[in-house]
Amino acid sequence: MIERTEDERVGRSSALWDDLLRISMREGGVAAALVLIVLFFSVTAPYFATPENFLKIFVQIAINTVLASGLTFVILIGGIDLSVGSVLALCTVVGATIMTDEHLSPAASIPLALAACMGLGAGCGALNGWICEKWKVPSFIVTLGMLNAASGVARVVSDNSTITGLPQPFIDFGNTIIWDVLPSIFLIALAVVLIGWFVLRFTVFGRYIFAIGTNEEAVRLSGHTPKIYKIAAFTISGLTAGIAAMVYLLRLNVGSPIAGIGYELNAIAAVIIGGTSLSGGKGSIVGTLVGACILQVLSTGLQLFGADDNIKPIVIGSVIVLAVVFDTYRGRLLRKLETR
Amino acid sequence: MSDPILSLASVGKRFPGVTALSGVSFEIARGETHVLLGENGAGKSTLINLLAGLFRPDEGEITFDGLPYRPGTPTDAFRAGIRVVHQELSMLSNLTVAENLLFEDLPRRYGLVDFRAMNRRAAELLDEVGLDIAPTTLVNRLGVAQMQLVEIAKALCHDSKLLILDEPTATLTAREVDRLFEILDRLKAKQVTVLYISHRLQEIHEIGDQVTVLRDGRHVTTRALAGLTIPDLVHLMVGRELEEQNAFRDDVIPSGEVLRVRDLQLSTEGPRISFSVGRGEIVGIAGLVGSGRTEMVRALFGADPKTAGVIEVEGRPVTIASPRDAVRCGLGLVTEDRKQQGLLLGMSCAQNITITDLGKVSRHGVLRPRVEREAAARLVRDLRIKTATVHQAVGTYSGGNQQKVVIAKWLYHGMKVLICDEPTRGIDVGAKAEIYDLMWGLAAQGKGILVVSSDLPELLAICHRILVFAKGRIAGEVPRAAFDQQRILSLAYEEPGLDRTN
Repeated sequence: MIERTEDERVGRSSALWDDLLRISMREGGVAAALVLIVLFFSVTAPYFATPENFLKIFVQIAINTVLASGLTFVILIGGIDLSVGSVLALCTVVGATIMTDEHLSPAASIPLALAACMGLGAGCGALNGWICEKWKVPSFIVTLGMLNAASGVARVVSDNSTITGLPQPFIDFGNTIIWDVLPSIFLIALAVVLIGWFVLRFTVFGRYIFAIGTNEEAVRLSGHTPKIYKIAAFTISGLTAGIAAMVYLLRLNVGSPIAGIGYELNAIAAVIIGGTSLSGGKGSIVGTLVGACILQVLSTGLQLFGADDNIKPIVIGSVIVLAVVFDTYRGRLLRKLETR
Repeated sequence: MSDPILSLASVGKRFPGVTALSGVSFEIARGETHVLLGENGAGKSTLINLLAGLFRPDEGEITFDGLPYRPGTPTDAFRAGIRVVHQELSMLSNLTVAENLLFEDLPRRYGLVDFRAMNRRAAELLDEVGLDIAPTTLVNRLGVAQMQLVEIAKALCHDSKLLILDEPTATLTAREVDRLFEILDRLKAKQVTVLYISHRLQEIHEIGDQVTVLRDGRHVTTRALAGLTIPDLVHLMVGRELEEQNAFRDDVIPSGEVLRVRDLQLSTEGPRISFSVGRGEIVGIAGLVGSGRTEMVRALFGADPKTAGVIEVEGRPVTIASPRDAVRCGLGLVTEDRKQQGLLLGMSCAQNITITDLGKVSRHGVLRPRVEREAAARLVRDLRIKTATVHQAVGTYSGGNQQKVVIAKWLYHGMKVLICDEPTRGIDVGAKAEIYDLMWGLAAQGKGILVVSSDLPELLAICHRILVFAKGRIAGEVPRAAFDQQRILSLAYEEPGLDRTN
């Protein structure tokens, strides 16, 4: 009898409650911040709290959310991927080229373009990861190289021009809006977030990602090969860059070698604001989604608020730093609570 | 001792949880060569670091050259005239020998470095230690022995009053040791005082005048070295009789063989290591720090490369090229440094335990939280790990509790041989006893256990057999019936003429 109570104490079975509690502890801070910012602008900025405006925000965060979801995997293992914007550009060019091929019907070209974007993106990511692991080069350097190389290839492939004339069904799908407020591309982004959340939170692979980010050597000495999982993380980041390229084409209907310039920095900002630690091991994709929302809500809200355009980057820059500072304090507070 | 250059008066130093030095008082006379002896953890390094200005004493007074000596930084020590040649050489390996030698005080001309003067001065210094290399050689081209001599030359160039050498001969060959001793003789002629730390007892008579022995952070004696035999010195270092630890269980009787290692070589020229571990047997590995124990264990586990050797588990030869192979063959490793290598500090107790085999708590790659929680809770209960829930982060645990989690993760995986490197380091007495209990529990189930420890009394208390390592090889093997602390220490210190079973 005594043993059973002991079991209940250490292995409490109310898993759902525990999970909810822990998620709200982790993601609660950023989510609360998002709610506060939305409330603030709803009260102060005209037209902010309108369905049209929310629709606009949902359209605008789709690409960044997809990019940042994959990037979260890389940052969780303690790496960084600077190449996502440029890989996105390369994929838009390749995807648009396939879809504008006159020999292919839309029914064939659209799936083919999707497969090509995902395959090419994943390939670039896998190459990043493989070089990092094979020659022990910091991911910062490798992906900086990929940033330049992919951009160059995009220019060669597109002959330095934008590609237009995508098939009409594709464009129509991109313009689809459900219930007057949910654009199709935002639903794609949500699907990516959901899958990413499931993988990180509930699969063996996700556990390895967190474990490697926490202590790679301990994982190795527990009888695993961290290299494989690290390459996989980079591959996922490339894969989502490919998906984000399709989202880009759905939204802007143009393949361009100069698409996605600076997107990597926005994606990193979303991941960091979402509470994922740059040194790895801590974070979540739900946080990343919230981070992406915060960035866009701030940007749109400040615009509607009537703030000077030059003020915007100052505010957003400050928020990135404040988010991390806040996170550090929260970590200390949590530790204090736990060791009490 | 009419003219002490250095005198310590009840010097003490505490670290969180440990008293490293307490009430140490002795004097070093000007111009003598003073030998400092003590077992691993006796407080020698702490003492050197106090003198080098790396730590500050918590109590007591140090007088150097007639003045109170309270260095706040290594630079203070340097200015006072104390030079330390650390065991781990700290040279700027991408600079030349001359630049390293004169780094603290580069000759200058018009505000720029006067390279000609620098190289000339460096050549003189190298000549003084009899080292025949160009001052413009890059340090990373030098061998360890040459670096050692450059460090000594560096110490000389600043008219040091006290030269501290921390195990200078640990990596030197016999001929290089002779050269070093010649130099020390010359220094003595120049009235330079030397504080000499060494584990090689047979060599200290050649150069030492006085000897100070530390034990458990306390001063044992300071006396003339002449007349003291090596067994005398060992006795002074070990001192206390063994505290009786009742950890041995004679109801667990080893049988058969679970692990055999034949001719394991860590490098092509390295010594060959062969030994075996029986089912239900606890085999200890003793030896000084740096004797190659941890290196051997890591190579055996596939964590570091090895060049040759056959490993058999339960009679079958296995290939171990990575920790993954080792774990698959049924080996488990409790690492020396549990925080850096053993645990996922920010993750939960359950996650730390199941990391060795997530297949058991998942289906088609998807984790089953309830199964995982129950598996972890069972081990938490069996091992009496103190935690509120299995979701608590192990970073918040005490050392003993953390070590139990490391053992739990191997119990969860289920191994045939558990290798424990310093399993009780930094753990309090109560937790130690629990760890021993765990080991015995495993032994009773027929597992083989290999324990590396610097704590000799611990090995004597729990092992069926002890392998003594010295200089990367097994210097001897001692069965329980013949356990004797002095004999094992003699083997570890490689005293010739004494027992050698290999």
